[in-house]
Amino acid sequence: MQLTFYISSLIAIAATIMVITRYNIIHALLYLVVSFLALAVVFFILGAPFAAALEVIVYAGAIVVLIIFVIMMLNLKDEAKEQEKKWLTPGIWIGPAILSIILLVELVYIINTTATAGLSNLQVDSKAVGLSLYGEYILGVELSGMLLMAGIVGAYHLGRKKKKVVHRFLEKIEE
Amino acid sequence: MNSIPIEHALLLSGILFMLGLIGVLIRRNIIFMLVSVEIMLNASGLAFIIAGSKWSQPDGQVMFIFILAMAAAEVSVGLALILQIYYQLKTLDSDAANKLNG
Repeated sequence: MQLTFYISSLIAIAATIMVITRYNIIHALLYLVVSFLALAVVFFILGAPFAAALEVIVYAGAIVVLIIFVIMMLNLKDEAKEQEKKWLTPGIWIGPAILSIILLVELVYIINTTATAGLSNLQVDSKAVGLSLYGEYILGVELSGMLLMAGIVGAYHLGRKKKKVVHRFLEKIEE
Repeated sequence: MNSIPIEHALLLSGILFMLGLIGVLIRRNIIFMLVSVEIMLNASGLAFIIAGSKWSQPDGQVMFIFILAMAAAEVSVGLALILQIYYQLKTLDSDAANKLNG
């Protein structure tokens, strides 16, 4: 059980590193799916099978497919890859990477100096999650429903192509 | 003997969050920036799951579901914005979108 946790976390980290360094965006998305699947295994080991299923269905399924649809709509050419190569030079990425790694080292230090504790092996099944979700968290469920509605309306409004305004007399002449 | 130390699980969450942050900072392509934000949201969800697992309570998973709903709404609006930027500027360079006129 412990070994599977470490193996899948290593896979998740390696796949995420590959995601942020690829030039081709489709390759990056494939690595992103691998990263999400590895994290789903981690969730399962941590005793959250419902969250693991949601991770596979919503993240690796819906969100990645949505991004792939948009990439297909954009219809990128081969020059996009060359441009990515030009943008991702060491001069650009080395500064933010070093600063973020310093932050990570601080985080590691803070976590390692606090008291140690083992995680429980108990599974929290979907029944407990559902009872909690529709019990004390019902207000949050309603609010996230409104958030999704706002997301749909906003995406529809923003994603629409603007109609070309043509005068009605000109339109008739064209016919 | 069978239990995973909580530090290691939290470290995984921290490393993934940091990788997402590096991705946002170093990429100029807007789609890559959106994907990196997804990675960061996922890492914070992992932290909630770890906390829920520590006390064997369902609250962590409930918070993860809320993060999931937020990520879905955010990615749909973000992709619509990317489409609009690409139609108007004909590029995915985030530096090209620095003017506020519509």
